[in-house]
Amino acid sequence: MARIAGIDLPRTKRGVIGLTYIFGIGRSTASYILGKAGIDQNKKVNEWTDDELNAIRNIITNEIKVEGALRSEVQMNIKRLLDISCYRGIRHRKGLPVRGQRTRTNSRTRKGKRKTVAGKKKAPKK
Amino acid sequence: MARSVKKGPYVDHKLERKVLKINDGGAKKAVIKTWSRRSTVTPDFVGHTFAVHNGNKFIPVYVTEFMVGHKLGEFAPTRNFRGHSSKKVETT
Repeated sequence: MARIAGIDLPRTKRGVIGLTYIFGIGRSTASYILGKAGIDQNKKVNEWTDDELNAIRNIITNEIKVEGALRSEVQMNIKRLLDISCYRGIRHRKGLPVRGQRTRTNSRTRKGKRKTVAGKKKAPKK
Repeated sequence: MARSVKKGPYVDHKLERKVLKINDGGAKKAVIKTWSRRSTVTPDFVGHTFAVHNGNKFIPVYVTEFMVGHKLGEFAPTRNFRGHSSKKVETT
């Protein structure tokens, strides 16, 4: 069983893909880790030996911020923006897009489900 | 796109001079009125209060060390959204 950073990796997937199940590791970081540990990227997760697994663990704990630590860092960064009440902080507070996207339409990811306003009619047909 | 590091942070020259004058002149700390929303907050600014113009009036901004690297204008919002009108007049 390959358990890294508190996450069970899928056993039947290739090493590079398996590592991306950890929050904070994408394809590029995954291939960097495997390259440094000297493991073939195509090797399945359940084919890793204990030594290889430990090598991967070492690299991750020493060099890369993952999971809880990373999540809390992101939260801290957002909190900083909120506290100094700059424009980006205000956008975070209001749950609107932060990076200057349009809000007339779209931006449903930030705004959530559509809230229909009663009494608002479509343009009358002539 | 981000500004080139080579140039360093942009601060309006006049504003910078004013701040430095207060810092080493020992002059009494006063609110610095400014229109220069485009100026970056440098470490020299920490502890000062700026009155940043938002196009209509001056918004007091007390600068803390966390604000370093942001622009002054980020702290003086230019739009004031009061919510949508509650009831629309129906036209027939």
